Amino acid sequence: MAKKIYETPMLDELENGPWPSFISGIKKLRDDHPDSRIQEVTSSLLGQLEHSYETRKGYWKGGTVSVFGYGGGIIPRFSEVGSAFPESKEFHTIRVQPPAGNHYTTSMLRQLGDSWEKYGSGLQTFHGQTGNIMFIGTTTENTQHFFDDINSYGWDLGGAGPCVRTAMSCVGASRCEMSCANEHGIHRHLVNNFTDDVHRPALPYKFKFKVSGCPNDCQNAIERADMAIIGTWRDDMKVDQEEFKNYLAAKGENGRQYYMDNMISRCPTNALSINDDDTLAVDNRNCVRCMHCLNVMPKALHPGDDHGVTVLVGGKRTLKIGDLMGTVVIPFKKLETEDDYEELVELAEEMIDFWAENGLEHERTGEMIERIGLVNYLEGIGLEVDPNMVGNPRQSSYVRMDGWDEEAEKWFERKAEAANA
Amino acid sequence: MSDDNKPRSPIESGCPDGFQYMHPVMRKNYGAWKFHEHPKPGVLRHVGYSGDEIWTVRVGTQRILDVFTLRELCDIGDEYADGYIHFTIRSNVEYMVADPAKVEPLIKAVTDAGYIVGGTKNSVTMLSHTQGWLHCDIPGTDASGVVKSMMDELIDEFRECNMPNRVHITTSCCQINCGGQGDIAINVQHTKPPKINHDLVSNVCERPSVVARCPVAAIRPAMVNGKPSLEVDEKKCICCGACFPPCPPMQINDAEHSKLAVWVGGNHSNARSKPTFQKLVAAGIPNNPPRWPEATAIVKNILKAYKEDAKDWERINDWIERIGWPRFFEVTNLPFTKYHIDNWRGARNSLNASTHIRF
Repeated sequence: MAKKIYETPMLDELENGPWPSFISGIKKLRDDHPDSRIQEVTSSLLGQLEHSYETRKGYWKGGTVSVFGYGGGIIPRFSEVGSAFPESKEFHTIRVQPPAGNHYTTSMLRQLGDSWEKYGSGLQTFHGQTGNIMFIGTTTENTQHFFDDINSYGWDLGGAGPCVRTAMSCVGASRCEMSCANEHGIHRHLVNNFTDDVHRPALPYKFKFKVSGCPNDCQNAIERADMAIIGTWRDDMKVDQEEFKNYLAAKGENGRQYYMDNMISRCPTNALSINDDDTLAVDNRNCVRCMHCLNVMPKALHPGDDHGVTVLVGGKRTLKIGDLMGTVVIPFKKLETEDDYEELVELAEEMIDFWAENGLEHERTGEMIERIGLVNYLEGIGLEVDPNMVGNPRQSSYVRMDGWDEEAEKWFERKAEAANA
Repeated sequence: MSDDNKPRSPIESGCPDGFQYMHPVMRKNYGAWKFHEHPKPGVLRHVGYSGDEIWTVRVGTQRILDVFTLRELCDIGDEYADGYIHFTIRSNVEYMVADPAKVEPLIKAVTDAGYIVGGTKNSVTMLSHTQGWLHCDIPGTDASGVVKSMMDELIDEFRECNMPNRVHITTSCCQINCGGQGDIAINVQHTKPPKINHDLVSNVCERPSVVARCPVAAIRPAMVNGKPSLEVDEKKCICCGACFPPCPPMQINDAEHSKLAVWVGGNHSNARSKPTFQKLVAAGIPNNPPRWPEATAIVKNILKAYKEDAKDWERINDWIERIGWPRFFEVTNLPFTKYHIDNWRGARNSLNASTHIRF
């Protein structure tokens, strides 16, 4: 049976212009792929997509599709207009966890592409917004076959639904001098401790780990992750004064003024100044590790050597109560020994357990904290309060404070313990 | 164990170890990089304390990759790079080479094949985007088509580094905003309440969950035409579409009334100021496939004003913080309306409680 070719005048417009066209790519599968199944599926897909463009509506519906032994990881898609576009009426996406840091060999990419060509549409994305490899478009039956194939050579499904989701981490220590953390190790220690919670959705809603190696937070962890782990340092930043002078000199006569205007004066805590001999002075006690000056002068300025991480909790997007940033719950934690990593994993377990017990249906961790207050959350997961957790102390006097003396005593005890440690 | 009918149990291997797929120079210098330089747009040179170098060439693609394209990218990687590919979180492809002599032939091969080198440093990098009509179950618009249309117009800004600082643009096809925060975000904004198919609600929707999902408690159970259904208090409804995913008969998408809105100033970085969320600047923009020219025109207008007026290293949020919102609306010629004034929880914190006013 010859495949049906649908007219796609609107989609054809997306083949014009200099940027690479996904429509041209799908048409290539339709017209040139040796497997008639892929030709038919992609032709039908183009037909439905054109229909969406014409009517400005989507026509995919969810459903229930899984692989044996798992409850999630597949995004089921059944077409509402399957009678008009029958070859793509089942068009599920398989979410697959990428390697930490999104590194691939070409041979592994080819192997994945070959498997998907055998069982799916031949369309894939590296990566979706949650961080998964998205293999876009296959039938319910082939979902299992494809998973069996790639699972046999080292690939596992990601999260979908109310579960621990696929984690993400920046390129970090593998290629970035700003990195203060082993993003790779943190990423895998955390998410691979929760494979059961990734594959069998039974939590209030989604829970995301994201790891950035420095406060530039290229992974958008603070804005998007329920648990954000951000690399930082607590000793002095490193200054190569010769390279600093080279930066000034490279701008010619205006070097001093350029860096005064664009680096020194942009320091959020006024912790920088230029000495009369064109060396840099840093008030390290007031540096908040924002990264601006390091970004401006990557050859001259570097993070210190005493690396660790800051942990923030509760970032999320709009639904349901509006966008929320993460909040600091651990200002600084060393991550050197196996025990250090184990403590971080245990903290994540506490967070997820407490939220699983106390979160409402479809409530993210940040929303739960908004509802119950940070102090109740900290008590729930066993963390002590710290002034680094607040932008400023409370402004409202409407609070019952008859436990003040005990709380003040706890603070002094902790200070004494820290001094003796 | 030779029973073919017995289902295979999954190997719960989780997230794979990335070191096995990492360029050997990156593996060797893991955690020991000293500095980087930016020799030209699209190219990064990282130098380790060991003295080793790794050169990166960043490449923009269509993101929805057909297997032919994937293989072509691998072919380039095998012939001109060292056989390794890294993907950035904005879905750019990165080739890494240890030998600087390989950089120019690699760039030529990539460019000859129709891909775009750029997206580094103070450029407009690849729009991060969602699935849209191609594959999502609730989209108000397409994602890949919007991005293709915009990148056609912004390609020079991707190839060159002419912006005051980096620009991250995002799109989202519904108000859940999977696209996330961006210096500029182009997101669907519905303007009418859902249209309810009462014949289907009781069979398809778990009604208490749908009631609970509404951010403004505008949904309540009701009997309609003798059937249990849901009704929406349209005076309270904020048209967010949160009810649509758990209850598809509450159709929120509308060919005419689902519009696009543009938000600016989202910034993930802690550099200079603390991370910021994006703010509304324009709405009522037609959702106009296949090319969305009205949305692109607004984005280009904002980029032009930013490029002309911002100082080096100012992200869009830093720039607006310095010049103030009244000036932003002045230089972009965008209307300031009552819809720009927030009335959601905590909204009074966004008001000007001072006499800090620029004249």
